Amino acid sequence: MIDISVNFAGIKAPNPFWLASAPPTNSGYQIMKAFDAGWGGAVWKTLGLPTINVSSRYGSINYRDTRMAGFSNIELISDRPLEDNLREMQEVKKYYPNHAVIASLMVDTRQEWETIIKEVQDAGADGIELNFGCPHGMCERGMGSAVGQEPEVLKTIVGWVMAAAKIPVITKLSPNISHITDPGLAAVQGGTNAISLINTVKSIVGIDLDTFAPYPIVDGSGTNGGYCGPAVKPIALHMLKELAQHRQINKVPICGIGGIETWRDVVEFILLGATSVQVCTAVMHYGFGIVREMEAGLKGFMEQRSFDTIYDFAGRALPKVTEWKNLNLKYSVKANIDREKCIGCQLCYIACDDGAHQAIKLSENSEDRIPSVIEDNCVGCNLCSLVCPVENCISMQRKDDKSEHLTWDMLTQKNEIPNTFNDERAGGKGHHVPSVEEAWNKRENI
Amino acid sequence: MIEYKKPNTKEEFKKNFKEKKPLMNKTEALVESSKCLFCYDPPCMKACPTKIDIPLFIKQIHTGNVYGAAQTIYKSNWLGNACAVVCPTGVLCEGSCVYTKEDILPVQIGRLQHFATQYIIGNRLKTFEQGFDIQKKVAIIGAGPAGIACACELKTIGYKVDIFETKSAPSGLISHGIAPYKISNEDALFEVEFLKNQLNFNIFYNEKINSKQQIMDLESKYDAIFIGVGIGSTANLNISGENLNNVIGAVEWIEKLRKQEHQTTIGENVIVLGGGNTAMDAATESAKLGAKNVVLAYRGSKEDMKAYPFEYELAVSCGVDGLFYAQPIEILGKEKVEGVRFKNTLNQEEFIINCDFLIKATGQAKHLELFSLIDNLTIDDRKKIKVNQDTFQTTNPKYFAGGDAVNGGSEVVNAAFEGKMAGIGIHNFLKNK
Repeated sequence: MIDISVNFAGIKAPNPFWLASAPPTNSGYQIMKAFDAGWGGAVWKTLGLPTINVSSRYGSINYRDTRMAGFSNIELISDRPLEDNLREMQEVKKYYPNHAVIASLMVDTRQEWETIIKEVQDAGADGIELNFGCPHGMCERGMGSAVGQEPEVLKTIVGWVMAAAKIPVITKLSPNISHITDPGLAAVQGGTNAISLINTVKSIVGIDLDTFAPYPIVDGSGTNGGYCGPAVKPIALHMLKELAQHRQINKVPICGIGGIETWRDVVEFILLGATSVQVCTAVMHYGFGIVREMEAGLKGFMEQRSFDTIYDFAGRALPKVTEWKNLNLKYSVKANIDREKCIGCQLCYIACDDGAHQAIKLSENSEDRIPSVIEDNCVGCNLCSLVCPVENCISMQRKDDKSEHLTWDMLTQKNEIPNTFNDERAGGKGHHVPSVEEAWNKRENI
Repeated sequence: MIEYKKPNTKEEFKKNFKEKKPLMNKTEALVESSKCLFCYDPPCMKACPTKIDIPLFIKQIHTGNVYGAAQTIYKSNWLGNACAVVCPTGVLCEGSCVYTKEDILPVQIGRLQHFATQYIIGNRLKTFEQGFDIQKKVAIIGAGPAGIACACELKTIGYKVDIFETKSAPSGLISHGIAPYKISNEDALFEVEFLKNQLNFNIFYNEKINSKQQIMDLESKYDAIFIGVGIGSTANLNISGENLNNVIGAVEWIEKLRKQEHQTTIGENVIVLGGGNTAMDAATESAKLGAKNVVLAYRGSKEDMKAYPFEYELAVSCGVDGLFYAQPIEILGKEKVEGVRFKNTLNQEEFIINCDFLIKATGQAKHLELFSLIDNLTIDDRKKIKVNQDTFQTTNPKYFAGGDAVNGGSEVVNAAFEGKMAGIGIHNFLKNK
């Protein structure tokens, strides 16, 4: 029997699909709609101090015909009166006692933290999330990412919160930092019950070529925004892995955030150690209904793999993510083009010839547009298989006999790493590169 | 049985003859252009007779550089707008799109091209520059696609160009020989107007060149002459009854149709003779004009027809009946046509089909009279002007030729290509003189 309910640092929810603190959680109305649509939890749009928002708040990256592959915002925390938010929170909890309602908070002084924590606890919040991530606006007032980027300050504030809070506390981290483990460790040392990440990435999403102003444009000017959406997922996955592999940090559960839109994204985050996820951009794009696909896909995956709960596979990818020095240097794959499937676009040829290792050649027969792999030149980089527009047409096939396992680390320990380029053990030695002179002569023939 | 209601007004005519490839809107162009894979050594470009850099212009459309896209198109093809809609893209660029190998619909290259060319034409954007005046003059006989392309090419180099056109409007068969559901009169004329305004060549209308004196005048006034006269009126079948009323050549009838639209005469029971694309057009047009029954009669098999299969399928979808192995041997009737006596070419049996309107799409006569006025012009056994395939120079070095008069009757895109190449050929011939 598949059970996708979660108990995340004591916060219980019918499923791991939570809404991130953002415009979709601006009101009780939206959150109730979301719960009805199938979301298991919601992090209320950050409550804190009075703010004023600007008009024109979002910008996006479109890729080909896909809208909002990346999304940026300069909106601040909730500008609605605190009393209204608290009242609605209480009402939502009354109607939806089994769903997780988490209050995202961002204030300044210790006194303010203590006051607001009490208020949201009184309103019935199941947990608190500390917003140490917003990279725009609020950070200029010493909050948001200004805290997330200073591990010592972060630790101090987490300490204040932990001293006051009676409900679980999640610390939300900013990715705008060199080593995510620094604020991660600080949060754990401050006593946090859980971590969520990533908040948005500091960004300029684009420039208007008519006015030269950055998007989103506010009366002729703009400012950096917070970047999110599908484009940031790889950054989020990496940072999640950094925390989930850290022995002192991974004592607390981690909620994955960043570009999640499909069940596949959800499974990837769980495999890297997240035990709940938060979503915003996908909802801003498609509405709350997008959760149907996530839930069906996640359950289908679990059924196929015979996982009863998400804890059965949470973190299962972590042992496979290692350092480069531990990779097997003797493993060898080479590209193979399926002549039956090839449609003759020749993108693999030009990608390899211009962008990689000159390991694909065109057919000598001009009627035949199917390229072929020059195995001796192929370094197994995958590029051709990535550019190929046909499903399963170019495959990377294993060519070594699986008998050897040799890593850079092993070489280092044996003191066998090549020290000069002439060393027979050096990697590039013997790799085919077309001669410059030949290329010049060919060029003159054009 | 035909389902089209006879159009009685201009609006009803437009409805029946509505464009098969309508102009894309911006969103459609964005979505469609995103499909292009940007193939290496792209097969679409190879399949285009004018070798337009198709992936480049599609990428330009996609990145909002629609003006640049149009420039890319016109760099290769001076009739980029007309070709976008009248080209048989299904057998050229789109037919070779790699997506078709995977049974995926090809990128709609023609309609994307139209989107780009309409952008500059509709907005009247300055796109072309005349070359520096090189004080040499070229005469062009015929303002069809070959002549226009040749004129444009020569003007960008810097020649003075005068075009002599028999009819009162330019564009040749684009404006009076092509089915209205492929290109509207307006579209056909706007492009030439657009080119003419920017490149400033002269077109003298109602100027039929048909005397030795005119030829001698041209030769004395111009440094080179381009022949782009196309092919002529419908040839006679040489069977009895051809002079009866309501017997008409397809070329002549389509020209009428383009001018008179819903007021064009058509019968209730129409026979179209022929198996080429003109026959298919005439049959489809008869149906759209409200004929009750249209029979397309061809002397060979369906597969023998020269028409593109999709043109035959279009005719059939409009309710036209195909009749094969039917050779016309006599046109019957007293004053008006009443029927056609056919012979079955398989078993030689004769039979009659009644009709009240007969369209002959059985080939066109060549402009042999004109050709005979020019010294040393070699005409091949198929009555086509012989030219050098690279320079389009005829056997009389002063004369160049392109389009249907050279290729015997092909697509607009072929004429556009040959006209452009002849322009380059003329320049190479004259530049050292």
